[in-house]
Amino acid sequence: MSSAASKKIRLATVWLSGCSGCHMSFLDLDEKLLELHEHIQLVHGPLVDRKDFPSDVDLVLVEGAVNNEDQLEMAALLRKGSRVVVALGDCAVMGNVPAMRNGFHAGNLLEAVYAPEGEKEPPGRDSRGEVPMLLPAALPLHAVIPVDVFLPGCPPDARTIGAALTSLLKGERVVLGEGMCRFG
Amino acid sequence: MAKKTVTIDPVTRIEGHGKITFQLDEQGRVTRARFHVTDFRGFEKFCEHRPFWEMPDITSRICGICPVSHMLASAKAGDAILGVHVPPAAHKLRRLIHWAQLVQSHALSFFHLSAPDLLLGMESDPQERNILGLVAKYPGVAKDGIRLRQVGQEIIRVLGGKSVHPSWAVPGGVQSPLKPEKVDSLQALVPEALEIVDRTLDLYREKIEAFSTDLEHYGDFPSLYMGLVTPDGGLEHYDGVLRVMDAGGKILEKGARPETYRNIFSEEVESWSYLKFPYYKSLGPEKGLYRVGPLARLNVCDRAGTPRADRALEEFGRWKKDGRPVSGSFHMHEARLIEILFSLEKIAETLSDPHITDTHVRSHAGVNGRAGVGVIEAPRGTLFHDYLVDEGGLVQEVNLVVASGHNNLAMNRTILQIAQAFGNGTEITEGFLNRMEHGIRIYDPCLSCSTHVVGRHGLKMEFLGPSGDLLRSFELL
Ligand code: SF4
Repeated sequence: MSSAASKKIRLATVWLSGCSGCHMSFLDLDEKLLELHEHIQLVHGPLVDRKDFPSDVDLVLVEGAVNNEDQLEMAALLRKGSRVVVALGDCAVMGNVPAMRNGFHAGNLLEAVYAPEGEKEPPGRDSRGEVPMLLPAALPLHAVIPVDVFLPGCPPDARTIGAALTSLLKGERVVLGEGMCRFG
Repeated sequence: MAKKTVTIDPVTRIEGHGKITFQLDEQGRVTRARFHVTDFRGFEKFCEHRPFWEMPDITSRICGICPVSHMLASAKAGDAILGVHVPPAAHKLRRLIHWAQLVQSHALSFFHLSAPDLLLGMESDPQERNILGLVAKYPGVAKDGIRLRQVGQEIIRVLGGKSVHPSWAVPGGVQSPLKPEKVDSLQALVPEALEIVDRTLDLYREKIEAFSTDLEHYGDFPSLYMGLVTPDGGLEHYDGVLRVMDAGGKILEKGARPETYRNIFSEEVESWSYLKFPYYKSLGPEKGLYRVGPLARLNVCDRAGTPRADRALEEFGRWKKDGRPVSGSFHMHEARLIEILFSLEKIAETLSDPHITDTHVRSHAGVNGRAGVGVIEAPRGTLFHDYLVDEGGLVQEVNLVVASGHNNLAMNRTILQIAQAFGNGTEITEGFLNRMEHGIRIYDPCLSCSTHVVGRHGLKMEFLGPSGDLLRSFELL
C-alpha cells in the first residue's frame, strides 16, 4: 500500500434495521464526497463489495436499530473492528420506527403478517430457517454495544453528517451546531 | 462431485438486505437459485390503531430512497378516506416532487450502484468496483451521477423542506405551496440535467455492445408486465389506470381501477423469504409471473408523451424481438435513463404552468369513507397502500404491496438463468458471483420497502453433501 493510501481514514458504513435514509443523507454530501475521497477509503458497507467486516476500521457510521440475530452479531463485530462507532440517525440512537413493533410479541407479529389463517409457517420465527430470527424487541445500538458518537435526526441532514465527519477526521470532539441536534 | 449449496450474503450495492443461495447437483449444474429477503419490520401491524393522518410520515420511513412514493401513496389513500376534491395545484405539486424522486432514485441505481459493473466490468477488482472506484477511473461519469441525483434531491428539498423524508403531502393535498421566487431556480436545474442524461445514454449505447452475450441471460424470458398508464395510454407515474400486458403484447387488463387490485393479483408466502410473492391471479402462480418497474412501464404504455423521451423510447424499440414487448431485464438500465429524461421534461413543463404557485393546496374534511387505496408508480414499480379506518380515523387494517415485491418471482427466475448460463460447474469465481448479484441489481430492488437486514458474512460459501452435511465452508473477501 502506498503511504498516501495508508494515511487515509478507513471508513465503513453499516446498515442495520433502517430505511437507508441515513445512507441517502450521507450521499447528499454530493460534491463533498469527491473531496472526502481524498481523505477516506470506504472499506465496507452497502455501497461497496467487501462482504466481511474488516478488523482495522477507523470510523464506522451505523444506520438502523438492532432488529434480528444477524444484526446483533454484526453490532458486536463492528464494535470489535472499529476505533470510533457513530450511531447515525434516530433508529440507531433510540430505536425510532423499527422499535414501533416492540409493543407486540415478535412471533405473533410474524404470524399476523405472513400467516393470518395459520396456513403456513411464517419466516423468521426460529434460528433454523434461511432468514435470521427476529429479536424480541428492536433495540437502539447503545443497548447492545458502547457507542462513541450519537447523531440524531431522521435522517441527520447532510450538513450535520459533514460537520461531524470533519471533526472526526481531525480527531476532534464532535460538537453539533445550531439546529443539528434534533430528532425527526 | 457432491451436491452443494452456495450462499452470497449479503448481496451488496442494492437497496436493502438480501442474500442469494443456489444449489448445484452432482455434475455441478445449478438446480435451484433463491433470493432471500432477510429482514422484517412489521409496518402492516404496528400502524394499526394510529390516526391515518400520521401514515404519510410513518410509511415514508419504510424507505429512504423512495420516501416520496410512500408519502404520496399514503396521502392518496387518505384523500379517498376524506372523500374530498384535492386542489389542482396540490396534484401538480405532488407530481412534481414525484418526478424529482424518479430522477434521484434512478440516478442512484444507474450511477452509484450499477455503473461500477457496467464501466469497470462485472469481473473487475471488487475493492474498486464501487462509486469511489468510478471517481478514480471515470471522474466525469461519477460527477455526472452525483450531480443528477443532487438535482432530484434539491427539488424535493425546496418543495418539501427536506431531501429525505419530507413531511409535506397530507390527506387532502400538501402542507405548503411552491413559493414563486423558487420557480426560476428550479427551472434552471433542468437543462444541465438533460445534458447529463443525453451524454449518459450515448455512453451506455456504446458500452452495451460489450455485453451482447450477457443480455439474453439476464432475466430475458417471456412474462406479463404491469403498470399505470394515463387514460389514453401514455406513460404515467402518479395516477391513471392499471394495465397488464402479456408476453406477446396483448393487453389483458385495459384500464383497471387501481382500487380493484385484489381482483388482479394474489400473493404467496414462502418460509425462506420475508418478501411475499405476488402473481397475476387469473393465470396462477406459475404462469402469472409479471414484472413491474421501468421496463414494464415502457412496455405497457403506447407512448411517453414528451419529445425527448418519445425519441428515446422509439430507439429502445430496437430490443424488441418479433414485435413483442422488450423482455430482457438488463434493459432496465436504459429504461431508467429514458424515464429520467421524461421526468425532467415533465418537471420543466409543470414548472412553467402559471398555476403551479397557487396557494390553495389543501382541502380539509373529516372521515367520510372507511376505506382508501392509494396507488402510485414508485421508481421500482406499482405501489399500493390500502387502509381501513374506524369512524374516528384510527387505522384498523393496512395492506402494503411494494414495488420490489411484484418483481420477486422475476428476480428469482433471473438469478437461476444467470447461474445456469455462467456457472461452469467446476469453479466458482468471485466474478461469477458478482454476475449473480448484478442480476438482482438490474431490478434495483428496494428491500427496505418490505423489510430489512445486514449480512454479516463475506461471500460465504457452504458446500453441502447430498444429505445436507457440511463438506467445506470458506469466505471470499
Ligand atoms: S433514522 Fe430515519 S432516515 Fe435513518 S434509517 Fe431510521 S427511519 Fe431511516
